[in-house]
Amino acid sequence: MKKHNDQVIDKLLSSVGRHNPAFKIWIIALLVIISIGCFAYYRQLRLGLVVTSMRDYTSWGIYISNFVFFVAVSLIGSLVSSILKLAKVKWSYPLTRISEIIAVAAIICAAVIIIVDMGRPDRFFNVIIYGRIQSPIIWDVLVIMTYLVISVLLLYLPMLPDIALCRDRLKHVAKWKQNLYRILALNWQNKPGQLNRLKKTSTILEIMVIPVAFAIHTITSWLFATTWRPGWDSTNLGPYFVSGAFMLGAAVIIVAMFFIRKSFKLEDFITNDHFDKMGKILVLLSLVYLYFNINEYLGPAFKMVGVEGEHITELFSGDYAAMYWLVQVPGLMLPILLMVFKRGRKPFNIMIISFFILMGAWFKRFLIVIPSLQHPYLPIQDVDESYLHYYPSWEEWAITFASFAGVLLIISLLLKLFPIIPIQEYIHHQDKSEDQSNEI
Amino acid sequence: MKKQDSNRFTRRNLIKYTGLLGVGSILGLKFLSCTSPSQPEGKKVKVMTPDGKLMEVNEAHLSMAHPHPASIEESRKGIPGRKFVMVVDLAKCKNARECIKACEHHHNLTPDRPFIKVLKIQDNPRSAPYWMPKKCFQCDNPPCVKVCPVGATFKRSDNIVLVDNERCIGCRFCMAACPYSARVFNWGKPKQSQEVLNLKYSPEASTPSKIGTVEKCDFCPDMIREKKLPHCITACPNGVLYFGDANEDTVTNGEETVRLSKLLREKAGYRYLEDLGTEPNVYYLPPVDRLFPFKDTEA
Repeated sequence: MKKHNDQVIDKLLSSVGRHNPAFKIWIIALLVIISIGCFAYYRQLRLGLVVTSMRDYTSWGIYISNFVFFVAVSLIGSLVSSILKLAKVKWSYPLTRISEIIAVAAIICAAVIIIVDMGRPDRFFNVIIYGRIQSPIIWDVLVIMTYLVISVLLLYLPMLPDIALCRDRLKHVAKWKQNLYRILALNWQNKPGQLNRLKKTSTILEIMVIPVAFAIHTITSWLFATTWRPGWDSTNLGPYFVSGAFMLGAAVIIVAMFFIRKSFKLEDFITNDHFDKMGKILVLLSLVYLYFNINEYLGPAFKMVGVEGEHITELFSGDYAAMYWLVQVPGLMLPILLMVFKRGRKPFNIMIISFFILMGAWFKRFLIVIPSLQHPYLPIQDVDESYLHYYPSWEEWAITFASFAGVLLIISLLLKLFPIIPIQEYIHHQDKSEDQSNEI
Repeated sequence: MKKQDSNRFTRRNLIKYTGLLGVGSILGLKFLSCTSPSQPEGKKVKVMTPDGKLMEVNEAHLSMAHPHPASIEESRKGIPGRKFVMVVDLAKCKNARECIKACEHHHNLTPDRPFIKVLKIQDNPRSAPYWMPKKCFQCDNPPCVKVCPVGATFKRSDNIVLVDNERCIGCRFCMAACPYSARVFNWGKPKQSQEVLNLKYSPEASTPSKIGTVEKCDFCPDMIREKKLPHCITACPNGVLYFGDANEDTVTNGEETVRLSKLLREKAGYRYLEDLGTEPNVYYLPPVDRLFPFKDTEA
């Protein structure tokens, strides 16, 4: 058995240091996209937000909708590494590290994108100097910081035994990497006291992250719900956002599982069964989100009150109808139907379906943010034609793509630096199941 | 685009006022305390100094000096004992747009970020449309102030809501929160003359504008401190706009001064979107017995 474990450890550690030209090309491609985004941001810094297509009335654009998207993605960390774990779902542990890495990457990029949206990023520290606790933005800043800290700890602490393995076994890697493992391992020696403390700490963190995860997306919804805008002025918005985030998170993890399994050859650890089970979870989460969607639109669509009615008409049959129905049908309803069948949950199929959900979720956030701003109580008159529509400028797209590349870059680097599958936990589970089978 | 005489009027005024403002600001800042006898002759007027002495001053000199702008701390407090309100008589507005021009000129605004808008409103298909001049409502329960993360926009004791563009971080939450779309944003670098840029910034004057910050109608507290009416009030050719103090219960459109309570009572004054609970300080008088038939003058 010991020998078997050694094989597993070697296999799981093998992705960590190995040279891989494809990986280098991938990183360079991401860096190119990021530098185009940086150039766009440099133009924005120099010329102001006028380089975007945002104007009075449509005063928030894809920066904000993209921010909401990343906040939603970050919820996945709490779903897999906490909720499933606390529910003692055994099959989910190979996914914990991947999901925690995605969560950390997404929340970092969400924080960056919100600074990009600021008209005066040079005055960022005013938020701390003059912060007013009455403002929902300050709530959001506080909860994002908290969530970031907890997510990093949830990623890092359970990884300590694996970092120690890297320190002890990876002697052929670069010097700086050896030093990194030595420092990050915090002198981890697999002592019973250490294990005990880690277990306690992890449990506390896993419990703590749940209310914070709910808070982070609920408070993000309150940025909208605390205003009088049609489409935002809703008590449903909190759970609507949270349920949407869980659905998106599950879709993101399925897409990530597919590509990570393929590129790191982890078929033994991320099995077809994992896709099947994640697919079932995704169906459930999508159904919950569908329920909140119906809730969100049925009332206003039935009553058609004033500007709220105009807003609904715009979504259902107006300028945004194509996007709205693409989001609702191929982005939500069709995936549910397809995933109900076992064939729909096969790795490749469910990856494609999840990708549709992911795209739908991104455009859904566009539909939440932008059309609402274009339906104020007082009619929009006397303005330039460009104020009536919103088509993001190339700078906005470049920055948005750069933020995606940023998320992928952080994920890729972390996956390359650390073992993807929690080794210690894998062995632990393996031993346990063997013990059980021996007893029987 | 419109009548020729109004065009000529603005251009001449623009040159005249910009020149005066520029010279005035430089002189005013340099010789704020000293009296210069070398000024051109004008009518002598009696003024009272802050310590209660009466003195005679050359009128021409008086108007030359740019008003001393209130500091940011001063601007946050408001003028003690006052409660400023505005009343808009919709029966008199014919979309002359002089208020917009005067405001634009005084605040050095470009037409793409007006503090005042004149909207064409038609309440239902059977009633005639009317023109509705709209500015910041200076709400008593202001959504913009509630959501501001840094207190860059604030409510003063004299009803006025101002923006401190040296603190504003440009998050635009206030713009999303304002149900009246009263706020404008400096998306790019605002076009301003060097003289304007040299002015000392005061939230009471809202000039000079700064890139990446939000702006809005400020009820011209810099004019009020000079015991003058806001520019839109004096510019209106039809006496549509009344400005005054709710504590004194009087409002004036520059020609007639009336009791606020009587005016609102007798003409059934109302506030726009009262049910939102924002408690605006701008009242409207319904467009009945109109002075002008509605003519759709394309803006």
